[in-house]
Amino acid sequence: MGLRRRRIVRSIIIGVFSVLLAFLLLAPPAWLFISSIADLKDLLRIPLRWIPENPSFSRYAGILFGQGPESEFRKIMANSLYVATFVTVICVALGVLAAYAFSRLRFPGKDRVLFILLFSYMLPPIAVIIPLYQMFSNLKMLDTKEALILVYSAILVPFVIWMMRTYFDTIPRDLEDAAKIDGCTHLQTLFRVILPLSLPGIVATLLFAFLMSWEEFFIALILTSTPQAKTIPVAIAEFSGRHSIDFGMMATGGVLASLPPVFIALFFQKYIIGGLLSGAVKG
Amino acid sequence: MRSKVPPTPSGMYPRGGLLRRRETAFAWALILPSFVFIGVIIFYPMGLSLRLSLFQVDLTRRGAGTPFVGLANYIDILKSGYFWSSVGRTAYFTVVSIAIEMVLGLFIALLLNEKFRGRSILRSLLLLPWALPITVDAIMWKWIFNANYGAFNALLQQLGLIEKYQPWLTRPWSAMHCVIAADVWKVTPLVALLLLAGLQTIPRELYEAAEVDGAGWFRSLWKITIPLLGPTMTVVLVLRTLDAFRVFDIVYVMTQGGPANATKVISFLTYQEAFKFLHFSRGAALSYLITLIVAVLALLYTRAMKRQIEY
Repeated sequence: MGLRRRRIVRSIIIGVFSVLLAFLLLAPPAWLFISSIADLKDLLRIPLRWIPENPSFSRYAGILFGQGPESEFRKIMANSLYVATFVTVICVALGVLAAYAFSRLRFPGKDRVLFILLFSYMLPPIAVIIPLYQMFSNLKMLDTKEALILVYSAILVPFVIWMMRTYFDTIPRDLEDAAKIDGCTHLQTLFRVILPLSLPGIVATLLFAFLMSWEEFFIALILTSTPQAKTIPVAIAEFSGRHSIDFGMMATGGVLASLPPVFIALFFQKYIIGGLLSGAVKG
Repeated sequence: MRSKVPPTPSGMYPRGGLLRRRETAFAWALILPSFVFIGVIIFYPMGLSLRLSLFQVDLTRRGAGTPFVGLANYIDILKSGYFWSSVGRTAYFTVVSIAIEMVLGLFIALLLNEKFRGRSILRSLLLLPWALPITVDAIMWKWIFNANYGAFNALLQQLGLIEKYQPWLTRPWSAMHCVIAADVWKVTPLVALLLLAGLQTIPRELYEAAEVDGAGWFRSLWKITIPLLGPTMTVVLVLRTLDAFRVFDIVYVMTQGGPANATKVISFLTYQEAFKFLHFSRGAALSYLITLIVAVLALLYTRAMKRQIEY
């Protein structure tokens, strides 16, 4: 009897807290989504109407297909995509090669170089942003996507090296030794043996690099200023800073900015959780 | 964060061995592109920033030149009240948000460590706040806490807890805690996921043995779970502290440092000095002080972590 009662109490406690947790996780984004499809009248009503009367996706249509001022946001989304894609390709290409050297080769000064790289990753971006602003200003590269790509890649390369090195270290060396006996060079073993085996690690690293450049705000805020190069986080922050805020439009922008990362997180859940646990933590 | 491979002193290499030299050359060929890149975009500006902080570069005083002033910028800052009060605010934000995140995160991890239906769905849901861009998190909560139309006000009023809508973000005390709430919502799920992974490495037999000995849930938690989770918790604590101390995005979006400077954390202060008031030199000096604080924290933590692992 006692055991049964304890079981019932246990499942009630678990049930209550699970529902509470699910509510706390879902309610804020759900409200953001509702705000994006609700009529502004419904949002500004007191007492508030939680379920909108005439939900409509017209704001989404306006941003994605319209020709009006809201189409600017479409251009900004394209900027974000462009920047994040290039950054991902550049820093993974550079980082994987360096990570291989740190994981498999012996050379003097290795630990020191690795430490310097990690240190550069721990630096707060604010420590370099003032001179970077001046440098890009002198080069006439302020407000260009290329400036963002350069800075993001440099910040993320150490992260990629760290993640990929950790991953390479988990791959047994016997396979490479076999390949070397067969006459493969270092470069060949890297491309034919190690890289195919590290695909999960590479995918996770690619995703993290993409997500981090997709949501970066501070550097983009300072280096970009017009729709020419502005990225989504900057546009979103501007939405909320205007004097007369269109809450519906702001919410729509927020939902659109969240869709790619949310889809990535859900579809690649295993890779992402694996990557998080291997010590890489997105802020 | 030393490498896991034991350091190999250069004396170990057969001097002048052709193979060894080729391996070194090859290694550098692989590393050099990354290294040059980081050097130009990170380390060179670091040097410029240091130089800047020792001069008086002020874009609001064009004609005044840029004299060398030594450590004057640093001394000015360290003597000023506004610097220390913003350090205090940053520390308050860091301590309170991390305390809440750790306790809630542990609680959620313990919940998800039980076997029940819907557990894997809940675990997937934990990724939602993590995936949301931080600026979206910030506008979302700014909108929820809105003084005139916010969902938080509506909820409290409809539950009968308040009579009139409250301006949460324009009162100093509540503004700081709204910012903390936005951070807690975003970060707690990540903390929970990391702690959950730590929990899953604790052998079940320990709990069974404790139960046989008559230990209750709380006792097991205190005597088994928390000590064995120690290393994981330390790692999470380090990463979170370094992040929280640099908090900028949510403050920029939600409060712009206001009201009455109540949320003016140190990175926002630096941003304002450099890019609003155009005091580049003072901004550079401030950014060096932040870096110093972050580096000291990182060092203290790595020490603490080493001691923990040695236990």
